[in-house]
Amino acid sequence: MTTVNDHKPVGHGRMLRKEDPRFVRGRGRYVDDVQLPGMLHLAILRSPVAHARIVSIDTSAAEAHPKVKAVVTGAALAEKGLAWMPTLSNDVQAVLATDKVRFQGQEVAFVVAEDHYSARDALELIDVEYDMLTPVVNARTALAEGSPVIRDDLEGKADNHVFDWETGDEAATEAVFARADVVVTEDIVYPRVHPAPMETCGAVADFDSVEGRLTLWSTTQAPHAHRTLYAMVAGLPEHKIRVISPDIGGGFGNKVPIYPGYVCAIVASLVIGKPVKWMEDRSENLVSTGFARDYIMRGEIAATREGRILGIRTNVLADHGAFNAQAAPTKYPAGFFGVFTGSYDIEAAYAKMTAVYTNKAPGGVAYACSFRITEAVYLVERIVDCLAHELEMDPVELRSRNLIRPEQFPYTTKTGWVYDSGDYEPTLREAVRIAGYEELRKEQADKRARGELMGIGVSFFTEAVGAGPRKDMDILGLGMADGCELRVHPTGKAVVRLSVQSQGQGHETTFAQIVAEEIGIPPDDIDVVHGDTDNTPFGLGTYGSRSTPVSGAAAAVVARKVRDKARIIASGMLEVSVADLEWTKGAFSVRGDPERSVTIQEIALRAHGAGDLPEGIEGGLEAQVCYNPENLTYPHGAYICVVDVDPGTAQVKVRRFVAVDDCGTRINPMIIEGQVHGGLTDGVGMALMEMISFDEDGNCLGGSFMDYLLPTALEVPDWETGYTVTPSPHHPIGAKGVGESATVGSPPAVVNAVVDALKPFGVRHADMPLTPSRVWDAMNGRAEPSF
Amino acid sequence: MQVPAPFEYERATSVDHAIGLLDRLGESARLVAGGHSLLPMMKLRLTDLEYLIDINELHGELGYVRVEGDEVRVGAMTRHRELLESDVLAGVFPVFREAERVIADPVVRNRGTLGGSLCQADPSEDLSAVCGALDAVCVVRGPRGERLVPMVEFHRGPYETALGQGEMLVEVRFPVRPGGVSAFEKVERRAGDWAVASAAAAVWLDGGTITHARVGLAAVGSGTVRVEGITEALSGQRPSEELYTRAGRIAARSCDPATDSRGSAEYKRHLAEELTRRTLRRAVAGTGKA
Repeated sequence: MTTVNDHKPVGHGRMLRKEDPRFVRGRGRYVDDVQLPGMLHLAILRSPVAHARIVSIDTSAAEAHPKVKAVVTGAALAEKGLAWMPTLSNDVQAVLATDKVRFQGQEVAFVVAEDHYSARDALELIDVEYDMLTPVVNARTALAEGSPVIRDDLEGKADNHVFDWETGDEAATEAVFARADVVVTEDIVYPRVHPAPMETCGAVADFDSVEGRLTLWSTTQAPHAHRTLYAMVAGLPEHKIRVISPDIGGGFGNKVPIYPGYVCAIVASLVIGKPVKWMEDRSENLVSTGFARDYIMRGEIAATREGRILGIRTNVLADHGAFNAQAAPTKYPAGFFGVFTGSYDIEAAYAKMTAVYTNKAPGGVAYACSFRITEAVYLVERIVDCLAHELEMDPVELRSRNLIRPEQFPYTTKTGWVYDSGDYEPTLREAVRIAGYEELRKEQADKRARGELMGIGVSFFTEAVGAGPRKDMDILGLGMADGCELRVHPTGKAVVRLSVQSQGQGHETTFAQIVAEEIGIPPDDIDVVHGDTDNTPFGLGTYGSRSTPVSGAAAAVVARKVRDKARIIASGMLEVSVADLEWTKGAFSVRGDPERSVTIQEIALRAHGAGDLPEGIEGGLEAQVCYNPENLTYPHGAYICVVDVDPGTAQVKVRRFVAVDDCGTRINPMIIEGQVHGGLTDGVGMALMEMISFDEDGNCLGGSFMDYLLPTALEVPDWETGYTVTPSPHHPIGAKGVGESATVGSPPAVVNAVVDALKPFGVRHADMPLTPSRVWDAMNGRAEPSF
Repeated sequence: MQVPAPFEYERATSVDHAIGLLDRLGESARLVAGGHSLLPMMKLRLTDLEYLIDINELHGELGYVRVEGDEVRVGAMTRHRELLESDVLAGVFPVFREAERVIADPVVRNRGTLGGSLCQADPSEDLSAVCGALDAVCVVRGPRGERLVPMVEFHRGPYETALGQGEMLVEVRFPVRPGGVSAFEKVERRAGDWAVASAAAAVWLDGGTITHARVGLAAVGSGTVRVEGITEALSGQRPSEELYTRAGRIAARSCDPATDSRGSAEYKRHLAEELTRRTLRRAVAGTGKA
């Protein structure tokens, strides 16, 4: 497949986002905006400690509060069989703790009161007596002899082991390592970070006891999957549950799991018979909801002296927190970490992973990571740079020598992933061109001579997004397909209903553009409906950059189906055979007689009109599909970051950042750039400042935005973006996902740049986040951060 | 939404009214000015106050920057933004504008006040170091009248001030001496964050010789709003790199930083030295950004 740089975006390209007028005018409607008559408010009492046995809970004072309607503990839930719930990884998680608390911030009890303030005040009237247990905080010692067993709720569990996982060929990898000229090993930590969406998680549950119907407004990226799981867990019939995911203020994976708070709100409404709202506060979001990363990785790379990479090997210790609540396709306990071989044509690869429980919040896949590809790309792009350091070779040159070549696609990696398409070299070349790489290296040499510290970091990534083919992937038995329904109204306006849910990605625009491209109705005449299980077809939702690869494909296919029907109706209207019709966007005309034509709007009116339709054709102009992707899509990109480091204070300034992305066919370049800008900002944040850390007692040290730092406009440069286009061969319009590309690709570029700047100090690696203190540590030869 | 525990609210309409309320309500009452430290603490339920006395209406009475005789007087309710924008202040003490540029963000600076900053007595707060370096004097008013407390005595420890029962800070006075120059430097992990360490330096020169010099540090332990021994080491000397280095070493020795998520104690001690050197160098070079 060749790269076509002037490939046109889908029609209407850079149109402004249809959803923005309501957002910029403050007219968005979020879960916390839902107000129902008689609605009560729920607040959750959380554990102040990381590991302790619950001796007793006295709720009498809270119950006596004049505005409190109910106080519920784990024991009360246990009576209904609801104290535990399944996680997305086939583990169980406590809705409310019954026996022990297993992380600081764990749900212990809840209060339902007339208003939010009273509910929160009443929490302080609950008296819990804890018998303190030794917490397991360090994943490295979680499996040590005599380590306290966190999950004694699991029958026969005698250690903190979650799972072992491996991929690749161990023996073949050992063989290439044995004959390699150069082997480089580096310990690389991807610290625990948090997605921290601007809107925290929450729900309003409204159970109608007469109809037996539950309506749940909730902050979910996957309304249909959640509904099915509620039906399975709560025993409510699925057709009596309606999940509405209204406007969502950012997800980044944080809103994929089902949290105890949602279940508490549902239970409260079922029991009390009134609508109940639960909205967590900022600290609750940071301390208790789905974290991301927390992989301790040993990376090894084997190469020839000339810089030909032979093999990559890694050993990973994964910290899953107190419950394995990782959200990933069921057969992928390590997510898609298997793509750690990156964009390189190598001879062998092997990864081995051990996952452990610790007394920390559960979660494990979130923050725009494409199911652990963030960790995989960071590992390979860091270790390749370590190799460049050892070989004293330019990192662009080293990468260039090893990239998979265009004629090798579809390319099966040594861990079994089939990359659908790619043309890597031009993408890397474009980034080098925009950056003015040669000039930058000259500038760096001059600066080094003057004692100034400047670094240039390169990363090249390949992502695997759009989960996924039903032969390979499911979540708790649910296939990862997406439905789409398109209905053209008599006047030629249309509504398209999606099973995915936007958290800010611009679906209402992008999907209207896809449909507009296929059936020629202007995007402004196409309404996009999503986020309501009663009004949309089934599908698994938005995460892992899957909306465009899966649901976007469904939208194109359903539009083509409608167009096929329109063609038959047009043949009747023009009294020619179907074969004699020619489609130009928006109209069918008679081949060789373009004056005779009918527009899609005229066809729509005929479809709903009183006149005759061709034989066997029903009235109406609509269709529904369920799209099962043939493969994942594999976007790629080349990033170059330039930093300056203050030699006296060790502060890092990101001066420039060049991002060249290839996400196949581009639908709305403005939206793509927005996604890339956001992801790059995420990447700078993770590389330089973000980390959820814990003290030795398991206290979370990142419980507010004063402690958990997110980057601002002042920490990031003006982004310089570019693109190449290598369409996906199996996606109906050739598009690939892009939502997470920049989050995946940018952290290694930033870290590689900082490490490059510190080369005069002999630094080969330093762990994120590269705060001034850690950079200073690295300059002073300390491998382990001193805090 | 994070919500505070129940509290009573009073709005003071004059300084005397505020003092009367403080005196009557005692320990359970707190003044709120900009609220950017107190309100988050209340929402995180880290305070146990029962009464909140809002003094924002006193901005008319206590919001000013005035030159009177040989001192600059700044009202306690003067907002960060007003300190930042005051050309009078920047002309005399460039260190003020330099510090204000990197204190929090515009939203906080629109509300936060000089008095609130000093009375919060957060050891990481930048203006305390500025006031220490400028030999500021705090004017404290209470039921029994007014008294003057030098900045070096105003903080008694982390989050503790010299304010007694019923007392409030109403003004901060800065002596203006000829030949004064000053500068501010801060290292932070991110714009708007508290300092990993920051330093304010003020130097007075006469014919190229230092007559007086002060350095204040923030975020490196308590008792550093004015580093002891700087003026003794620098007075009578002509400015030089060697001299700045000597002052930097004094600063590093004088502080007692703690390791936390902002950085290691060792790094912060290094910054005390580095930033002292830089602020002195820039102050003397006259590149303090007025």
